[in-house]
Amino acid sequence: MLQRLFPHPVLSLVVAVVWLMLANDLSPGHVLLAIAFGVAVPKLTAAYWPDRPPLRRPAMVLEYCLVVLWDIIVSNIQVAYLVLFRRGDSLRSRYITVPLDITVPEAIATLAGTITMTPGTVSADLSADGRALLVHCLDTDDPEGTVAQIKQRYERRLKEIFS
Amino acid sequence: MPAALEIAVTVLILAGAFFMFVGSYGLAKLPDMMRRLHGPTKATTLGVGAILVASMLDALLVTGDLSMHELLIAVFLFLTAPVTANMIAKAYILRNRAERAALPPTGRPAGWATLVRGEVPPVPEGSIRP
Repeated sequence: MLQRLFPHPVLSLVVAVVWLMLANDLSPGHVLLAIAFGVAVPKLTAAYWPDRPPLRRPAMVLEYCLVVLWDIIVSNIQVAYLVLFRRGDSLRSRYITVPLDITVPEAIATLAGTITMTPGTVSADLSADGRALLVHCLDTDDPEGTVAQIKQRYERRLKEIFS
Repeated sequence: MPAALEIAVTVLILAGAFFMFVGSYGLAKLPDMMRRLHGPTKATTLGVGAILVASMLDALLVTGDLSMHELLIAVFLFLTAPVTANMIAKAYILRNRAERAALPPTGRPAGWATLVRGEVPPVPEGSIRP
């Protein structure tokens, strides 16, 4: 019964919360509407969600968000420094290849997005078999260190969340 | 509104403006396409983020209402900015021969997804969900 009503509980929750935030109003009418959307949208779109990403360890999700938020702030300051005080062609920019241990598509998408938002790196491409990520670094003299940092800081946590 | 909070809002707005400026300046200053991508993807997000926090604080202090729209804007921005950057990078790699030649190997039997022509090579068992 519960399974039929909420085929995708996380999506239901996200839709309801986003609705309430859009309405910016916690009156009973909007709460009812949010619940209605939370039930209807996952049911109507169930055909497009053949399988759901396994989401475990909510505490780890929170930890991951905090780590990424912190890194976004640090990366902004770093990039601002590089842009303002270094000549463009003196930056040691290069591509690096990050081999992936995670295989869940949602986890890889999250990792690619995180890499783009964090210190001096933009994810550019994925290998055709989905096992390596092409990343462009703005300024690095230690490519292996950057790869190790990405794997240790983000991929390790994502592996625990989507396992 | 207490002076300390007014100062906090002002500092956030100024910091936001600074980072947005740096992001745009980086876009104009850096010498090539891939380096230019770094400016707008990062500096701009913190810039917009700081201004959104300022807006939330201001709304909370002036009208007493907690405004959630700013959080939604931040979430949507964080979801869309990396996708845009990724698409621009892929288009650039696809169109630029010198850039393609400079790419490091994947370390895998398959090449980079953007450059695989025609049929996609068979996916090894268990590497990715169909």
